Amino acid sequence: MTDYKNLKLIATSSPHIRGSERTQTIMLDVIIAMLPALIFACFNFGLRALCLTAVSVAGCMFFEWLYQKAMKKPSSVMDLSSVVTGMLLSFVCPVQMPYWMILIGDAFAIIIVKQLFGGIGKNFVNPALAGRAVLLASYAGTMTSWVDPAVNKAAAFGSNVDIVTAATPLAYMKGPDAASIAASFDQLKGTYSVSNMFLGQIGGSMGEVSALLLIVGGVYLIWRKVINWQTPVAYIGTVAVLTFLFPRAGTGVEWMLYSLFGGGLMLGAFFMATDYATSPVTKKGQLVFGIGCGVFTVLIRYFGSYNEGVCYSIMVMNLFVALIDKYTKPVRFGTVKSDKKEASGK
Amino acid sequence: MAQAFFGGVHPHDMKAATNEKAIEQLPAPAQVVIPMSQHFGAPCTPLVKAGDHVKVGQKIGEFRGLGAPIHASVSGTVKAVEPRPYSMGGNILSVVIDNDMQDEVSEEVQAPANPDALSVDEMVEIVKNAGIVGMGGATFPTHVKISGGIGKVDTVIINGAECEPYITGDHRAMLERPEEIIGGATYLAKMFGVEKVVIGVEVNKQNGIDKMNEVIAAKHAPVVVEGLRCRYPQGGEKQLCQAITGKQVPPGGLPSNIGCAVFNVNTTCAIYRAITTGMPVVKKVVTVSGSGVVEPKNVECPIGTPVSLLFDFCGGLKDGTYKLIAGGPMMGMAQYTADIPVAKGTGCMLAFCEKEEQTVANPQCIRCGKCIAACPMHLEPLFLYQYASKGLVDELNEAHIMDCMECGACAYTCPARLHLTHMFKTGKQLVKDAAAKAKAAAEAKKAAEDAKAEKKEVVNK
Repeated sequence: MTDYKNLKLIATSSPHIRGSERTQTIMLDVIIAMLPALIFACFNFGLRALCLTAVSVAGCMFFEWLYQKAMKKPSSVMDLSSVVTGMLLSFVCPVQMPYWMILIGDAFAIIIVKQLFGGIGKNFVNPALAGRAVLLASYAGTMTSWVDPAVNKAAAFGSNVDIVTAATPLAYMKGPDAASIAASFDQLKGTYSVSNMFLGQIGGSMGEVSALLLIVGGVYLIWRKVINWQTPVAYIGTVAVLTFLFPRAGTGVEWMLYSLFGGGLMLGAFFMATDYATSPVTKKGQLVFGIGCGVFTVLIRYFGSYNEGVCYSIMVMNLFVALIDKYTKPVRFGTVKSDKKEASGK
Repeated sequence: MAQAFFGGVHPHDMKAATNEKAIEQLPAPAQVVIPMSQHFGAPCTPLVKAGDHVKVGQKIGEFRGLGAPIHASVSGTVKAVEPRPYSMGGNILSVVIDNDMQDEVSEEVQAPANPDALSVDEMVEIVKNAGIVGMGGATFPTHVKISGGIGKVDTVIINGAECEPYITGDHRAMLERPEEIIGGATYLAKMFGVEKVVIGVEVNKQNGIDKMNEVIAAKHAPVVVEGLRCRYPQGGEKQLCQAITGKQVPPGGLPSNIGCAVFNVNTTCAIYRAITTGMPVVKKVVTVSGSGVVEPKNVECPIGTPVSLLFDFCGGLKDGTYKLIAGGPMMGMAQYTADIPVAKGTGCMLAFCEKEEQTVANPQCIRCGKCIAACPMHLEPLFLYQYASKGLVDELNEAHIMDCMECGACAYTCPARLHLTHMFKTGKQLVKDAAAKAKAAAEAKKAAEDAKAEKKEVVNK
């Protein structure tokens, strides 16, 4: 029978079983959730969308590997988080930008924003958004010209200098005074219908245009329990309420719909604001965070010098995360005398 | 079905391996090793010495303070009284008895003439003398729980949740010994002077619920069965109280603080046996399971049986078995040797040979917050982990680390596979050490001041 004296036993702390979910599987889910929007980007802007994403992903993985190699740290490339960063960064960039340019964004995102602060889970602003912010500040011209998908597609290789560009819908929703906004908003309604906006047949960053497919991806993430509904619902809800209540042109509903579907709100709400490392850890905190993002987005769109406010509003709220975490701690067990709410399921 | 508590996880219950297998009796072991510490509290003092003859049910260990007596589980000759390994780690003074296979029952075991006519005090005394402790694994002395709770407790709960994966001993007891459970519950109702006793059972044991309802109906017993949602740790004392009454046990408190007392199903059986037959706790039902066991079974064996005999009875261990666990997979203790005996709190022996757990090299927290959503005690494990790994005692206290009951739900759910529970055990020890140090320092200071004051007085004189 069994030789009990010579068993090679490991004694570790409990628990002795673990759930099936891992960092890698979570990142894989996020990648899967972004695929519909990526496929649509290829359809909308040409195959260059796929090439740009591939270059960005490869760049992020390379820089992560390089940094960890140089610093003699264990490699974390296989956790796939750098792939997510690479995809997200390409999603928030215009499709015709040169490949070398996005590599600069990749390097900044991975090395400066992520690894210098300790790697996965320790960065305090979203790496992809920080990468975009740097590119926007450095190459404002390229970063703010958008291919007009109705007229032409971007070439995968070679120069895209003479490509026809168009303003994003959000540019039409901005102006020096109420009259000019009303005029340009009418023009926007003439150019793009609400369904164009919802489906994504508009100019803009390559991954942000299709509200529909981003919502599909977001719902997949909520269903897979990768993200909680709190952040996106609070974020989108806040923007919806504010734009509905304070339209700058047209009716409240019209203004609200064009505000929701134009720009990067859906991408930001489902994929950027839900970034684990840079958002609050409790559901209560995520509600607060989402509302804050929504308020800042509308403020920047209405009163800032940029047309779009999603990127900066999320980055600003990233800085509030430690504070939000501090004030949204769970109520200590046993300090509530009788929790009727939890028992009401009887 | 009702009832929830906040958080928790839902691991694969793995109970199919044994939940349809009747409890089998282990052939009498040739030798038993009975540890003198099988309860929450100080170890017992042995009452026998090498060479003494003992009989089944004879008291061989007497407790001091908080505890319960320990009895011989077989008849035979005491071979030695010496430290031996036991399931809580390290060695403990144990009584080693060579079984003479006569099964002589001690004269100390006396069945009361009329169990139903006993007074409350008499029943508590019987429970105390029978050495009954919490059989779910916590091993808190039952007589203390009863005598401390009488007058304060209005809700008596029998814990049949059995929320840990693999374990099926309580489930089998519900199916095979429902009379004992209901009988024991009835005695508990009498002792506490309550009208109803609630048995909480997770709904994955529907046939157990049905069986007990039959017995309740037949006996008109003052007992109700309440189905519970399958959610680990539903069987945690505080979570069970919360699920049944909607009340939360205050921090650092006991269920009696909110008028509850919780007893395990097998504890209830032991109470019934002690009151009706006078037989103390000498046997234990153990679920032997896990990927390393050839033929998983539910086995009843004398206390002190070496676990190797249990595994042999179940076909032995498979090659490559790398982990033996006394208890369930979520809270049980991994053993460094197979040379340990079954104790009163051993409800399960697991052997793993496949990759039940997957550890990762260099785990990194990704701040996903899933541990917070899983913590039934409303803690924030990811922050506790940081504080504990940096040894920040004040922060640990502020984050209420002592509320942690080490259920393992956070570590189970952690996608980064952090060693959360392990770190909390370390962190709690840090807090305890710091508190002890502060107390010692305060006492030393006070002593020094007293000495100074005395000196002054002397000088003044």
